[in-house]
This record gives sequence, structure tokens and C-alpha cells, in this order.
Amino acid sequence: MLKNKRTRTSDEINAGSMADIAFLLLIFFLVTTTISAEKGIMAKLPPYDDDPPQHVPVNTRNILSVKVNKDDLLLVKGKELSIGELKDFAYGFIMNYGKDDNLSEKPKKAIVSLQNDRSTSYEAYISVYNEIKAAYNQAWNEQAEKRFNDEYENLTIPQKKEIQKEIPLVISEAEPTEI
Amino acid sequence: MSRFKNKQGKETPKVSTASLPDIVFMLLFFFMVVTVIRQKETLVDITLPQATEIAKLQNSRKTEHIYIGQDRRATTHEAPRVQINDKFIQVDDIHFTIADPAKDDDIIALEVDREVSMGIVTDVKTEIRKANRLKIHYMANQDYEK
Repeated sequence: MLKNKRTRTSDEINAGSMADIAFLLLIFFLVTTTISAEKGIMAKLPPYDDDPPQHVPVNTRNILSVKVNKDDLLLVKGKELSIGELKDFAYGFIMNYGKDDNLSEKPKKAIVSLQNDRSTSYEAYISVYNEIKAAYNQAWNEQAEKRFNDEYENLTIPQKKEIQKEIPLVISEAEPTEI
Repeated sequence: MSRFKNKQGKETPKVSTASLPDIVFMLLFFFMVVTVIRQKETLVDITLPQATEIAKLQNSRKTEHIYIGQDRRATTHEAPRVQINDKFIQVDDIHFTIADPAKDDDIIALEVDREVSMGIVTDVKTEIRKANRLKIHYMANQDYEK
């Protein structure tokens, strides 16, 4: 009789409240944490040099000069453009292959030159940078389609390097003007 | 016959809830793994700009963040300030703080308020270049309208 009782008590721990505890923890985590999307535009800065940069003669047709003034207005190759037109213009400039005398001779020689005022807003700067990146991404994608029959995203790293060698992304940022 | 009747009278068996904790724990682990707890509290107000050509930050544990924006406690419009590691920093001192040859390949994430002017951003970028930390990320939110 006695023995029987003892075996019954050490039967099993009631796991019914386990769900409640787990729910409590779950709700705690749900409330306290925010899924932060850590995303951004990748960029590489040039190394710092104390000397003023040397003047390298470049044919002006190969430079896409983009100026953003203090009112966030754009001047692209001497013409006023809106931000919505910039991507197509930049794409036309990169992939010109010598057709238009004012645009680049070939993608390898194309350089984008960015200049802004000190009071240009960061938002305007980022949208210009974004549009130029978008133009290059489009060019890379089309080149990838032509060469490897696949989207640029899906290529292997050596393949991507090959495409970037053909269409290099060169953005030169001038010192901002003091306005 | 009696056996047949017996079966019919039986109530529908209860759904076993024994696996409920397992399911909840699975959800719990999922959330614990997916979410990143931010230890750093920002002292500046930041609304990130929007962009389309954005990439996810690789190795986000190793990245250093630099925040530029207006002081949260400011009541009037003030000049933007720079924050690194929980405290404000003078722009000229940034390159001392972040220079570290071992970290040259690690990314610096620039979290800048969209209304900040480019002057201070350029100064900070020059400091980053002085520290030879050349890989940066301009943090931005996905623009879904385009």
C-alpha cells in the first residue's frame, strides 16, 4: 500500500504550465525587440592624402559632372535635370560607346564627378548617389545578360569582377563649395 | 450490438496540447535569433533617407556606427552633432577614435538624418578617410514607391 503511493507521486512533473512560461517569454521578446533592417548604400572612399590631388587631364566628354546646389537642384553636364531624369541620362552616358560626341567614349573611360555645396541636404545627396548606382546596376545587369545569360545578382564573384572591369564604377567626389 | 452503442456514446477525444510548449518554444527561439537587441541608444534624432539600390549590411556585429543628427534634447533648431559609441564627439577627434589597422576591412555605417546638410557629412567622411577606414555604408530605408 505504502509502496504503491510513493511510486505514484514521483510519476511526472506537470508540464501544463510550460506553455504559459514560454508564451510569457515570447511576448516579452516580441514587445522589446525591433527587427532593425540594417541596410544601406555601399560606398568606398578614396584614401586620405595631405597633398592636393594632382590634376589628371581627362577628356571632358568622359566626365559626367553632377552638381547639386544648396537648393538641392541638379546641374548635369551643364544642363538642369530633375532627379527623375538622372538615371536614364547617366545610363545613356555610360553606355554611349562613342555615338554622341558629348557623352563617354566607352564605359571604361566614363567617370562620374559629384560636387555639392556644404548646405546641400543629405537626402538630396543620397538620392543622386542612388540614381547613379541605379544606372550602373542597370548597365551591369544588361552586360551580365549579354555575357552570361543571367542576372548580375546571380553571377559568381569572378564573373562580377569581369563585368566591373568592363564597366567600372568610378565616382569622384570633389570638395564641396563653401555655401 | 452493445459494443457498437458504446462506441457511439463516446465523446470526441480532446486535442492533445502536449506539443503546444514545443511550438511556442520554436517561435520563441525564432524571435530570439532573428531580432537584434540594440544596446546603443542614440542621442540624436535620425530619420534615414530612402533609396532603392540598397544592400544588406554584412557582418553587422563588426560594423561601427556613426550617427549624425540633431541632439534629441534640443528644444530649438541646433547644429547637428556626431555620436559614436554612446557619446557625442567633436568632428576633429573622430579619426583618433575609429583608427584601428586591424579593422580596416570592417564597414562603417553612417546613419545620418535626411535633413542634415552635407558640410558636416563631408567633414566626417574626411575624418573616416584619415583613419583609413574606407568601406562605408550610407544607411537608408527601402523606397517602396519606386
